[in-house]
Amino acid sequence: MPRTGPGSAAKKTLIWLGVIFAALALLLGGGSMWSNASWTPKLALDLEGGTQMILAPEVQGGDNEITAEQLDQAVEIIRQRVDGSGVSEAEISTQSNRNVVVSLPGVPDAETRELIQASAQMEFRPVLAGGGGQGAAVTDPTPAEQLPTPSAEPTDKSDTNWITPELQTEFETTDCLNPDTIANAEQAPADQPMVACEPGTAGKYILGPVEVPGADISTASFGMAQSSNGVSTGQWAVNIDFNDEGTDAFRGVTERLITFKGDPRNQFAIVLDGQIISAPTVNNVITDGNAQITGTFTQESAKALSEQLKYGALPISFDIQSEQQVSATLGADQLRMGIIAGLIGLILVAVYSLFQYRALGFVTIASLVVAGVLTYLAIAILGWSQNYRLSLAGVAGLIVAIGQTADSFIVYFERIRDELRDGRGLVSAVDTGWKRAKRTVLASKAVNILAAVVLYFVAVGNVRGFAFTLGLTAVADLIVVFMFTHPTMVLLARTKFFGEGHRFSGLDASRLGAVPLYRGAGRMREPGDAPALRGKNKAAAKEAERRMTIAERRLAEKHDSMAGSGRSSEKDGE
Amino acid sequence: MSKLPSFAAFGNDLYTGKRSYNFVGKAKLWFLIAGVAVVISILIPVAKGGFNLGIEFRGGSEFTVSNVANTDVGRGEEAVAEVAGTADPKVTNIAPGTMRIQTEKLSDDQTIQVKESLADTYGVSQDEVTSTFIGPTWGSDVSRQALVGLIVFVALAAVLMALYFRTWKMSLAAVTGLLVVMVVTAGVYALSGFEVTPSAIIGFLTVLSYSLYDTVVVFDKVRENTKDLDKRTKRTFAEEVNLAVNQTLVRSINTSVVAVLPVASILFIGALLLGAGTLKDLSLALFVGIILGTIATIFIAAPMYAWLRRNEAGIRKQAKRVEERRAGKTPAVADA
Repeated sequence: MPRTGPGSAAKKTLIWLGVIFAALALLLGGGSMWSNASWTPKLALDLEGGTQMILAPEVQGGDNEITAEQLDQAVEIIRQRVDGSGVSEAEISTQSNRNVVVSLPGVPDAETRELIQASAQMEFRPVLAGGGGQGAAVTDPTPAEQLPTPSAEPTDKSDTNWITPELQTEFETTDCLNPDTIANAEQAPADQPMVACEPGTAGKYILGPVEVPGADISTASFGMAQSSNGVSTGQWAVNIDFNDEGTDAFRGVTERLITFKGDPRNQFAIVLDGQIISAPTVNNVITDGNAQITGTFTQESAKALSEQLKYGALPISFDIQSEQQVSATLGADQLRMGIIAGLIGLILVAVYSLFQYRALGFVTIASLVVAGVLTYLAIAILGWSQNYRLSLAGVAGLIVAIGQTADSFIVYFERIRDELRDGRGLVSAVDTGWKRAKRTVLASKAVNILAAVVLYFVAVGNVRGFAFTLGLTAVADLIVVFMFTHPTMVLLARTKFFGEGHRFSGLDASRLGAVPLYRGAGRMREPGDAPALRGKNKAAAKEAERRMTIAERRLAEKHDSMAGSGRSSEKDGE
Repeated sequence: MSKLPSFAAFGNDLYTGKRSYNFVGKAKLWFLIAGVAVVISILIPVAKGGFNLGIEFRGGSEFTVSNVANTDVGRGEEAVAEVAGTADPKVTNIAPGTMRIQTEKLSDDQTIQVKESLADTYGVSQDEVTSTFIGPTWGSDVSRQALVGLIVFVALAAVLMALYFRTWKMSLAAVTGLLVVMVVTAGVYALSGFEVTPSAIIGFLTVLSYSLYDTVVVFDKVRENTKDLDKRTKRTFAEEVNLAVNQTLVRSINTSVVAVLPVASILFIGALLLGAGTLKDLSLALFVGIILGTIATIFIAAPMYAWLRRNEAGIRKQAKRVEERRAGKTPAVADA
C-alpha cells in the first residue's frame, strides 16, 4: 500500500479543517474588532434575566383573521413603542405567524406593559391649528393671562373653541423635533382635542375630536394618481375606501373642511398611535367614500401609508399569553449549573471512552473538543450575525449532543474493530471500516438533522432553541467525523503504537480476537464468517497472519477449552 | 484491566456468532411484553386521571424564590393570601433553598405585590423572585405544535428510511419500535407523576430522533448482513438479522451509555440542585427514552423486521435451502 496516498490526503483534510477554524476565528475576531460581535455567545432571556412576553393578537370588534402582514405591522408598532419607552435591547418578533414575542431585559414597569398591550388605534381628526414645519417648541410661550379663552361651547369638531388655554400652552411647548416626544405620544380620548406631531414634515398640530375611526376604513391601496379625464398625472397617490358609516362621516367632514380653504382647518389628520401619519388638505367633497390623497409621495411612502391605513382598518390589541420574568441571578445560576452538568457529562463520556477504547478514547475526546470549539464559534458568529441567543433548552441540547457526537465515533471504532476481527491489518481496517461507517453515520445523522429541521419549523417557544442546537451540533459532528476523526485515524494507523496493536491502543488485534483468514490445524473460523479473499484484501490478510501468531495460539487454546466444556456454538462445522 | 478484555472478548464472541442472544427467535415473547407494557402505559394515565400537567397547560401564575434560608411552606401561603386571598396558592420546596409558589391567574398589579410580599417573607431581594404568568392556552398551543412536529417528523423519517433501506418493511419496523418507546415513555411519565411541561415535550421529541437514529445504525448492519442472502445457505434470514443485532450489541451498549451519561448528569444537577425546571423536565424524558430506544431497537424493531419478511417467497426458499444444508444434503456455500 503506498504510504503517501491516504496519509497525505488525511493531512490535507486536517489542514483544511484548520483553515475553516482559522476563517471562523478570523471572522469572529474581525467582527468583534470592527463590529459588535462578541467572543461569548449571546444569551437568551432565561439565562440572562429579563422578561419575555408572548402576546396573542386580538382583533377588536369583528371576527377578522389576522394576516401575516398585519402581524408584521403590529410588531413594527410595538417595536416603536418599546424603543420609545427607553428600553434598550428589546427583541420583538413574530412566532409561527400567530403570536408576537417581546423580550426585554429587566422587569418592565406597568406603563411599558400597557404600551405593549394597547391596541394601535387609527383615527381621522380635523386640524384646528398648526401645520407642517412648525415642530420646534416656542422658547417663550404666551403668558397665561394673554391666552385666548374659548368664547363658547364648541359647536362642531372643527370649532376653534376646542382650544383651551392649557391646550394652547401645550401646543406651544411641545417639541416635535425631539424624537422622545414623538415616541411617547399618546392618543387623546376620541371626544377630546389633542396636540400631535407629524414626524415626516416636522409638523405640529392641534387636532379636534375624532371624526372617523380607523375601523371605518374598508381598505386602502396606492397607485398612480389619475386626473378627471383618466390620464395619469405621474404622481403617486394613496386611495382609501370607507365602509358605509365611514362614507357618511367622511362626506360630512369634507363638506365642512372644504369651506376653510387657505386655513389650517382645511386639513384633517390621520392619527396612528398618537402620531400624525398624514395631514392632507381637502380639495373636494368626497361623497362616495373613495378618497384619494396625493402629494409628494414616492412609491415607497405611498405604499407605507396605504399599509398603515389598511392596518388602521383592523385595530389589534394584545392579550398576554405567557409572561416570564427571570431574575438575572437565577439565569446565571441556571447557566452555571448547565455548564457544570455539561462538564460532568463530558468527563463521564471521556472516562467511559478511555475505559472502552483505551488510547483510542483520546481520539474521541479530541474530536469532542474539536466539535465543541466548532459549535462554540458557530454559536458566537450566529449570535452576532443572526442574533441567535442561547437558551437553557439550547444548553441542554448541547449537553445531549455530547453523547450523540460520541456516538458517531463509536460506530466508526466498532467498525474498525470488526474489520480487525476479520483479520485485516489496521491500515486496511481503518480504510474499510470508514467506508462502511461513513454510510451509517450519514444515514443516522440525516435522521437527527431531519428531526431538528422539523422541530425548528413546526414547534413554538423554546423548542426552537433546542432544535436549533441539535441541528447545529449534528452538522458539526459530521464535519468533525469527516474532517478530523477519520483523517486522524488514518494517520494514527500508520504509527507504531496503533499500527502494531499495542495493548493500550484500543485496537489490539489479539484482544479483539482477530483471526487470520486462513489457518492450519485448529481452525475455528467458519466459511460464512470469513470475508472472501478478494484481491485487494490479500495483502491485509497476510499482514494480519504475520502479526497474529500469538493471538492464534491463544485462540486455539481458548477454542480447545471451549470445545472441552461442551459449550460449542450451535453453528455447524463443515 | 480485568473488565476491558472481557468486554472486548464479549464483543468478539458476539461478532463471530460464538456467543449469541436469540433476540429474533423469541420475537413473540418480546412483542407480548411490549404489548403489555403499551397497554399498561395507556391505562396508567387513565387510572390516575391524566398526566400531571404543568402550569403551562393549566394556566396561572408561578413564582420561584431562590436562596431562601427558611423553607417554610406556610410563609409562602400567607404571603400570597395577604395580597390575593382567593388565589389558592400551592407552595412547594422544589430544591434546597428554592421555593415554588403556583397560584391562579393573578392580575399585573397582584403579581407585582405578591412578588414583593414573597421577597419580604422569605427575606430575599426582589431579584431572587422570578415570576411567570401563563395563559391557559399556551401549553395546548405548544403541545399541538409538538404533535404536528411529531407527525411530520415520523412521516418524513419513514419515507427517508424506506428510500435509504429500499424497503418499507424496515421503515415500518422502525416506526413500530418508535411508537412503543413513545407510549411507554409517556407511561413512565404518568407513573412517576413528574410534571408534563413544554420542556418535557422537547425531551420527548428528542427521544424520537434518538430512537430512530439508533434503529438506523442497527438496521444498516442488518442490511449489510442480509445482502445477497440468496447466494448463501449459512444462515436463514432471521438468523442473519439476529447476528446483525448481536454484532452491533456492543455498539448499542456503548452508545446508549455514552448518550445517557450526559443526560444523567443534567438530570442529577437539574433535579438535585436546581429543582423543577427546563433541565430536569427535559432530561427525565430523555433518560427514559434513550434507554427504551436502545431496548426497543433490539427487542422490537429488529425482530419485527424479520417477522414482517418471514413469508416472502425468496426468504422461505432460502430458509429451506439452509435447512437442507443443515440436514447434510448439500454442502455449505461460502459467502460470495
